[in-house]
Amino acid sequence: MSNDGVDLNRRHILTVATSLAGAVGVGALVYPFLASMKPSERARAEGAPVEVPIAKLEPGEQTKVVWRGKSVSVIRRTPEMLARLEAGRGSLLDPDSQEPQQPVYAANEFRARKPEILVLVTNCTHLGCSPQFRPEVAPADLGADWKGGFFCPCHGSRFDLSGRVYKNVPAPLNLVVPPYRFVGDDLVIVGEDEGVS
Amino acid sequence: MNAPQERDFFDRLGDCTGALRDWIDARFPMTEFWEAHVSKYYAPKNFNFWYVFGGIALVVLVLQIVTGIFLTMNYKPDANQAFASVEYIMRDVEFGWLIRYLHSTGASAFFVVVYLHMFRGLMYGSYKQPRELLWLFGMAIYLCLMAEAFMGYLLPWGQMSYWGAQVIISLFGTVPFVGEGLAEWIRGDFYVSDITLNRFFALHVIALPLVLCGLVLFHLIALHTVGSNNPDGIEIKKKLGPDGVPLDGIPFHPYYTVKDTMAVAGFFFVFFLIVFFAPEMGGYFLEHANFEAANPLKTPDHIAPVWYFTPYYAMLRAVPSFFGSQFPGVAVMGAAVLVLFFMPWIDRNPVKSMRYRGPLYTLLLLVFAAAFLVLGWMGVKPVSLALSEWAFRLTEVYFLFFVVSWLYSTQRAAGGWLRSALVALAVLAAIDAARFSVMGELVETFHYLMFVVPGGMVVTFLVLPVYTKLNDPAPVPDRVTH
Repeated sequence: MSNDGVDLNRRHILTVATSLAGAVGVGALVYPFLASMKPSERARAEGAPVEVPIAKLEPGEQTKVVWRGKSVSVIRRTPEMLARLEAGRGSLLDPDSQEPQQPVYAANEFRARKPEILVLVTNCTHLGCSPQFRPEVAPADLGADWKGGFFCPCHGSRFDLSGRVYKNVPAPLNLVVPPYRFVGDDLVIVGEDEGVS
Repeated sequence: MNAPQERDFFDRLGDCTGALRDWIDARFPMTEFWEAHVSKYYAPKNFNFWYVFGGIALVVLVLQIVTGIFLTMNYKPDANQAFASVEYIMRDVEFGWLIRYLHSTGASAFFVVVYLHMFRGLMYGSYKQPRELLWLFGMAIYLCLMAEAFMGYLLPWGQMSYWGAQVIISLFGTVPFVGEGLAEWIRGDFYVSDITLNRFFALHVIALPLVLCGLVLFHLIALHTVGSNNPDGIEIKKKLGPDGVPLDGIPFHPYYTVKDTMAVAGFFFVFFLIVFFAPEMGGYFLEHANFEAANPLKTPDHIAPVWYFTPYYAMLRAVPSFFGSQFPGVAVMGAAVLVLFFMPWIDRNPVKSMRYRGPLYTLLLLVFAAAFLVLGWMGVKPVSLALSEWAFRLTEVYFLFFVVSWLYSTQRAAGGWLRSALVALAVLAAIDAARFSVMGELVETFHYLMFVVPGGMVVTFLVLPVYTKLNDPAPVPDRVTH
């Protein structure tokens, strides 16, 4: 075949155009595969709100539920526990909940809508382990300074009884307060608030 | 002329096999391939025992694929059944325990062999021109192997499988802006769930092994194009005999096939001792917490990855969070792996082998290896303040290896060495200043004293070349030695 009279410029344009069209095609082909890896409809549906009855929850006690595979603690704090919150203030990283780790209605010292009821995602903000609820004061393994709170056994992060993180621990942020609302006095719905429902 | 001799059975058999060979060769380059890559592939004659690990790695790859195939025959990638199906393999499937222990021990053995193989490359400069791509393919294999091992570890669905995956996927979640979405995309859910297990199974048994085999093929093609390096770091192809064969080369077969077979036998001797007598290796190969089924609501008291990831894990834990973000630690961990890719462009010293680079370079390699090993030991220990500080200092030592390697690329004047040392010390001090400012009242005298570790390394490697002959190169011989 002879190459005489071939318009190379035109051929070049065709090559580029074909390549671009091909690239769009490959992109269109790849997207469904990548998108199929996102949380499915069922996974998203299973992220629905959870009801927690709290009528039988004694002061100082916690109950745990699972919401979106995260462990959520609901704790009825005693007045003594609430009183201890102010004392540890100086050694907290974010005592006033400046970081967006909670809905606006929980951005207070108690990190709660009603001070005595604490609703908290107990997944450590370091790397997702679940910190233990350790309400006792100054136990042997946590030291004399311990005022009650949450302790993460994985990497030693410490949080107070409002889930506020202490300074100098691996976790950089307070524990997350999920969206929640009360229905009467005896029922908490975790996973939705007025803004959502 | 004598009368034609009586042709016996073996002569005739030879005719037959010869005819078959010719028949195949006319249709497929069998003999040509055998000669080009095995019987007439010339490798340097001075390989020492460090050169057996590539071959062993190939054998382990085959072992993992074969045992893996048989494990999938009984394993169920389902959050409700996975743990029980592994127990079933261990208890009810005939020789199931053996196949699983071969696979789990094989995973650890793979990393032992690959780490030794990589260290060989560092010692003899095997990443240098013209072997840069060979090194890059090797590093890609290492990366792929890490992903493969991580995903495989989730499959038994034990507590450590679950929480290890939770921690590692969270690492991606710390990437600024896109992290949370990325982590959700990897998991396919808001937490590590059945969906995650199912896809990790798909990636572990199909996607990554395919990629791995492809990369191994590329690694071998690149190797056979440039030829092996050797402990003297001399190019044997530069000294050819009259027949065009390298004077210092010997055919891969039978010389190195026999040597490698010996090495594989030795390897399997140790390997089977572990498989039969210590398959859990005291909790290092199979962690104790993994004998309990995964429970998303209960974190084990102490989470540690399997030993081959612990050096990087120790680095992750040693870096404090900056600006309310975990990302700096994750970035350091990622950089520790990625920096190895750039080795061919970091160490540009024309002398390949440590044998001819002066005692300081040998010491540097030993310090690097020691830091890596000690970091690995630290990564399995629970955190403490002292351990974190040591881990941070050894992380500095780890990265200083690359800085010193880069500076050792050329011989410098006294002023050059001293200036480099001062800059290095200033950077280390600045890092400490930033770190101590976020650590606040936690900083003690001990933390300042520990500056001696990286500082001492800088002084040893950047000041000694000025006042001693320890970094002076020795003449590289013309031909390989023994």
